[in-house]
Amino acid sequence: MLTIKNLHASVDGTPILRGINLEVKAGEVHAIMGPNGSGKSTLASVLAGREEYEVTEGEVIFQGKDLLEMAPEDRAREGVFLAFQYPVEIPGVSSTNFLRTALNQVREYRGQEPLDAVKFLSLMKEKMKLVEIDQKLLSRSLNEGFSGGEKKRNEIFQMAMLEPTLSILDETDSGLDIDALRIVSNGVNQLKSDKNATIVVTHYQRLLDYIVPDYVHVLYKGRIVKSGTKELALELEEKGYDWIKEEVDSATV
Amino acid sequence: MSKDNQILEEFTSKEYEHGWSVNYEADEAPIGLNEEIIRWISAKKEEPEWLLEWRLKAFRTWKTMEEPEWANIHYPKVDFQKLRYYSAPKQTKKPKSLNEVDPELLAIYERLGISLNEQKRLQGIAVDAVLDSVSVATTFKDTLGKLGIIFCSFSEAVKEHPELVKKYLGSVVPMTDNYYAALNSAVFSDGSFCYIPKGVRCPMELSTYFRINAANTGQFERTLIVAEDESYVSYLEGCTAPQRDENQLHAAVVEIYAAAHAEVKYSTVQNWFPGDKEGKGGIYNFVTKRGICAGDHSKISWTQVETGSAVTWKYPSCILKGDNSVGEFYSVAVTNNMQQADTGTKMIHIGKNTKSRIVSKGISAGKSQNSYRGQVQVMKRATNARNFSQCDSLLMGDRCGAHTFPYIDIQNPTAKVEHEATTSKIGEDQIFYCNQRGIDTEDAVALIVNGYAKEVLNQLPMEFAVEAQKLLALTLEGSVG
Ligand SMILES: Nc1ncnc2c1ncn2[C@@H]1O[C@H](COP(=O)(O)OP(=O)(O)OP(=O)(O)O)[C@@H](O)[C@H]1O
Ligand SMILES: [Mg+2]
Repeated sequence: MLTIKNLHASVDGTPILRGINLEVKAGEVHAIMGPNGSGKSTLASVLAGREEYEVTEGEVIFQGKDLLEMAPEDRAREGVFLAFQYPVEIPGVSSTNFLRTALNQVREYRGQEPLDAVKFLSLMKEKMKLVEIDQKLLSRSLNEGFSGGEKKRNEIFQMAMLEPTLSILDETDSGLDIDALRIVSNGVNQLKSDKNATIVVTHYQRLLDYIVPDYVHVLYKGRIVKSGTKELALELEEKGYDWIKEEVDSATV
Repeated sequence: MSKDNQILEEFTSKEYEHGWSVNYEADEAPIGLNEEIIRWISAKKEEPEWLLEWRLKAFRTWKTMEEPEWANIHYPKVDFQKLRYYSAPKQTKKPKSLNEVDPELLAIYERLGISLNEQKRLQGIAVDAVLDSVSVATTFKDTLGKLGIIFCSFSEAVKEHPELVKKYLGSVVPMTDNYYAALNSAVFSDGSFCYIPKGVRCPMELSTYFRINAANTGQFERTLIVAEDESYVSYLEGCTAPQRDENQLHAAVVEIYAAAHAEVKYSTVQNWFPGDKEGKGGIYNFVTKRGICAGDHSKISWTQVETGSAVTWKYPSCILKGDNSVGEFYSVAVTNNMQQADTGTKMIHIGKNTKSRIVSKGISAGKSQNSYRGQVQVMKRATNARNFSQCDSLLMGDRCGAHTFPYIDIQNPTAKVEHEATTSKIGEDQIFYCNQRGIDTEDAVALIVNGYAKEVLNQLPMEFAVEAQKLLALTLEGSVG
């Protein structure tokens, strides 16, 4: 579904991603871990099409199409979803209005009729149950004054509404309380199918008890320096990143 | 160029939609301004002697006045001798009903999306259509007449209801109030008149639609709204003009009189031609709007969505004379390209327990300058006066300017006045967030801007709120990413 080959990206001339290779197949869950500042969010942003990151080398193929050629909104319409590490506030725009605009633009791109108000609201109701989100939250301005956990939960609610093919969850677990973590993970798991895939960026092994990954990758200094199965996450939890850093840093000297 | 600027650039390249004009035979005054011209206009309109005298008095005062320069706007001086002060579409005889109005004139309004045909009109809105200097048609007169509501052109009111006109004309905005108001008093050509009798709730929106068509013609209309005790009316004004290289002058006066327990809502969606991207052409919009809450418990509420004009100078105000009266001002002012707006309000608290509320949302894009100027004045006897002001500015790009000039003058220690102001930039983050959900940049800007202006748009009658939303999006098309 997604093939990343030798991806390099920089900000203001500073290289941040320095040769990422990754293959994600339909039905899979990939976890990306790594120390602060290693480039995890950058990778997510580059995939989503954020323009301040300049791709200097490499390619990304998504369902047979050159992802890097597409405008951010077209990537979204093609089925790429990013749950933001820091969701943005949009004053005066309710989640409901926002999502309706988004969903109908996605549908239009796919040649589908727009959803009328009744159908849209019943879809909302259904998806609200999935992440146990309160109606009151959705009639408020998007993310404005939401608590950290509410913002994250709202991201997953949007994901549920838009039914993406590839979901990238950037530290969705941070800021969630224990119950919310379980609820949100349940939601993600229920949305999983053999037709879509998920990339979860996290610092904590605990999330991976709920959303069980097929692969775990360690990102360090803009490269994937180690890949393994979910056991790798347990090992990292126990030993930290130093041993990997040492391995990498001594190899590159 | 940063991404912000680049997208801004694209957005601001949007063309004005109502930039066409139509050729029709017109009845015109000679170019220039002097007492002869004023007599000519007055004669043309078959006005009574007292009105001619009133005009001449205004003209004589105007000649002694100086054009104001305190506003934060810069434009080449208007040569008042080079303007034409009266231009009316030639109609062989005065139309008695809509059926007799020249179809060509009706077509102009159809093209603007305003149907004057009562059957086709959306229910619940009566329209007075003003083309250049005169009112061409007023709809739903009979329906309103049954309730005792008078809604007609100003000229007709002078003929049919001279006692009312004489009583209220200039009672809220004295002829010598300011430079442009004096000019308007001297040369005003037409406008709308509205009278709501005691205890009547006007069952439909009343609306005036102003269109400038002729070249080199100033438009000087006058609107007078009188709401008697316990009456209610919601009034809407819309405006467009053709695209021309030369600046055109629009200097209107609106007066509102609200008696005890009366409520008047006045909404404006202003879309005069703003000039081109380089700042060539466009309307100079110098308008005096004022309402008086004369009776106790009366209320006047101004809502404006200002998107057009090259230069805007406009401060809809409320004189809160009656005890417990309420004044409100809700404004969205958008400037793009080279537009300049200096707009705001005055709330003058005279009566006891008077309340005012000001919500101003400025949006600047391109190289435009957008200023809010507001005055809150609490007089000695206005015990327990309350004011709340919220002035927000939204900037798109880094070549535009937003300015806030609040003036507060309090002469009674029991007054409570609150003022809040914010300035924000439309964020690349917000737009990217929308993009990531599948919303393209143009719609993202529209969504964000409408969200920002929501509190004001919510004040508009439903149908116009939708129109205003579209207009905001259109004005800013191409201006951010
Ligand atoms: N817009 C930017 N301008 C300058 N530097 C940036 C920018 N975005 C990212 N960086 C830098 O790139 C590096 C990688 O950042 P990134 O946010 O991708 O890390 P991360 O792995 O997601 O970290 P965390 O675990 O803290 O979320 C950091 O050193 C960061 O400071
Ligand atoms: Mg991160």
